[in-house]
Amino acid sequence: MTAPGKRMSMIEAINDALDVMMARDDTVVVMGEDVGYFGGVFRATAGLQAKYGKTRVFDTPISECGIIGVAVGMGAYGLRPVPEILFADYIYPGLDQLVSEAARLRYRSAGEFIAPMTVRTPFGGGIFGGQTHSQSPEALFTHVAGLKTVVPSTPHDAKGLLIAAIEDNDPVIFFEPKRLYNGPFSGHYDEPAIPWARHPDSEVPEGHYRIPLGKARIVREGQAVTVLAYGTMVHVAREVAERQGVDAEVIDLRTLVPLDIETIEASVRKTGRCMVLHEATRTGGFGAELAALVQERCFYALEAPVERVTGFDTPYPHSLEWAYFPGPVRIGEAFARLIAA
Amino acid sequence: MSMGKSMTGDNLPKLSLHVPEPRHRPGDPVDFAAVAVSQAGAQPRPDEACAASVTHPLCLDLIRVLGDDDRAHGPWDPKLDPATLVRMLRLMALTRAFDARMVRVQRQGKTSFYMKSTGEEATSIGTALALADDDMVFPSYRQQGMFIARGYPLEDMVNQIFSNRADKLKGRQLPIMYSARAQSMFSISGNLATQLPQAVGWAMASAIRGDTRIASTFVGEGSSAEGDFHSAMTFAAVYNAPVVFNLVNNQWAISSFSGFAGAERTTFAARAIGYGIAGLRIDGNDPLAVYAAVRWAADRARSNAGPTLIEHFTYRVEGHSTSDDPGQYRSAAESSAWPLGDPIDRLMRHLIALGEWDADRQAAMDAEVDGEVRAAVRAAEANGTLGHGLHHPFRTMFEDVFETLPWHLIEQSAQAIHERQVKWPEWSDDADVGEAR
Repeated sequence: MTAPGKRMSMIEAINDALDVMMARDDTVVVMGEDVGYFGGVFRATAGLQAKYGKTRVFDTPISECGIIGVAVGMGAYGLRPVPEILFADYIYPGLDQLVSEAARLRYRSAGEFIAPMTVRTPFGGGIFGGQTHSQSPEALFTHVAGLKTVVPSTPHDAKGLLIAAIEDNDPVIFFEPKRLYNGPFSGHYDEPAIPWARHPDSEVPEGHYRIPLGKARIVREGQAVTVLAYGTMVHVAREVAERQGVDAEVIDLRTLVPLDIETIEASVRKTGRCMVLHEATRTGGFGAELAALVQERCFYALEAPVERVTGFDTPYPHSLEWAYFPGPVRIGEAFARLIAA
Repeated sequence: MSMGKSMTGDNLPKLSLHVPEPRHRPGDPVDFAAVAVSQAGAQPRPDEACAASVTHPLCLDLIRVLGDDDRAHGPWDPKLDPATLVRMLRLMALTRAFDARMVRVQRQGKTSFYMKSTGEEATSIGTALALADDDMVFPSYRQQGMFIARGYPLEDMVNQIFSNRADKLKGRQLPIMYSARAQSMFSISGNLATQLPQAVGWAMASAIRGDTRIASTFVGEGSSAEGDFHSAMTFAAVYNAPVVFNLVNNQWAISSFSGFAGAERTTFAARAIGYGIAGLRIDGNDPLAVYAAVRWAADRARSNAGPTLIEHFTYRVEGHSTSDDPGQYRSAAESSAWPLGDPIDRLMRHLIALGEWDADRQAAMDAEVDGEVRAAVRAAEANGTLGHGLHHPFRTMFEDVFETLPWHLIEQSAQAIHERQVKWPEWSDDADVGEAR
């Protein structure tokens, strides 16, 4: 049993997860640009260097391929590194080290060497981040054999999933939806932001607990349509369903690889209708994989074509953010099409 | 606006792009007069704990120990005892014999691919003897000599090259991409230079944990153009990581001469100057210079005095790989005209000059190492060769992607085994435990 909780924002929950793991396991090291003395541009690592010392929490040069490459070497030594990439938009210089090295090290060495690292990186839009502070590049990683991809949507999940990711012996890309750092998001950008303190999922147990990778969460039960979502879109989907009176079952996938196929299949077989929903661009996005899986495995239960509700196939724009973002209108119309079919 | 005429600047001299060109193309006479060969023994040897800047003149020089008189000279002479010198000679000869035999088995169709290290044996063997056996080495693909010197069994190397049922890497890796954790040899990747920041990370981890082991890594001069080289040097400098970088400048990156990695401007060792770390440029065909320089850098790293970049100046005598024909892009006369000679020949002559060796012992040793390699090939062949059965079971293709198999790999594994039953029904179910044909 876990200890009773207290209310935290997602940033505080992530900070708490790192604190818990650093205290439990002295092989856990945290590094990245600005994560040390300053505590991170989003404050995710605040206080950790003062508590654990600068050989376990330290600032790095501005070099993503260096940060990730060094973490692979640390993992080969026997440490459990938790590198941070300042924004997911800047993970590309480290891509070779992730795809060619971290993902394949266990396989190519037949288990002689492993890469037990967790790459934390803020992702997603909805914050006027423009082209290079809003991207959702998860499909680049779900396509890579050997990587696990995790996206939390609440403080409670963020802590439990991050602890599970750090303890996992495989490399994990941990995408943190920065739109959710301080509070959930309804998709109604023109309404005042709500802090996590008023949301039940901000109650975070103290100490160590783990949310297993590969297990989805049914956020809202429903009979009419299944929504497969993760990150910010979990909250948007629920809000749209409730405001528009759609009896939707909203599933927060939490882990994209490995995927909780059982929960997905059971829900789609029950509802007969499915929407896949993500902020990322449409073509080749993770939604295409979800739609294909649902089609392959639930074809005879489907009452309507699977709907993909996504960002458009453009770079993420600045001024037209709310035209780009898959918000209430795009989701609501897809609900209508699904249910009318 | 047309591309033909620019709007301004017509009165300025036209810019021109410089595209490097090697000195000798096929058929050209060879002249290596421009390669500055320093006098053996003439280079100073600073204290291992010196400031990095003290070494920087050595980045532009060429540290040599073995002179034209076959004697060891100067402060870099490591003064190794004759038994160690003979061991060094034998390991280099064994590496060369292994390479020769592996190309033969590749031509016989027993495997798909091989890469020799002919002429570069000293860079591996000198390093192997200078490091502690538990210092972690992050090699590139041309350090087979280090696996051999550290006692990784030849038979295991051949099994890997044959991708047979005894292959420790289960047939997953292209030949020569060994992994030998027990020998502190890191898994080899096909992606160039990725091992450099990894070696720095390993060294940082060792320092974080208060360990005494250091890391060492290898990169070719061509791959030193990769971004990973820069990030590794930066991180090593920033954190004073206990790491030894070995940059093997063998003049050629497949068909591209070293000018395409920047060699026309300065030496590769000189890059150390810009990062503020120690640098040494050595005669890579002089096994004593290699040993002495790596030992110096290892001692420096071990005493927390920081990283070192060593440029091993050598020559790639053979083609890049069994898929390459160097006759298409360079003069065939280059390798025999190379002014730094052959590392095995030079050490042999040194031992003879010391009165510790002779032609009979050399001939006996050559026969012995050849026999050792042949025996390893015979033993490995009993476990199968590529494409002739006796591979690992199909299910192993899906193992080790992750620590445990997720559902999608369990499903795909079942499909692969099903296809095997359809395509090769004559194989019994035992085939899936590795007893094919």
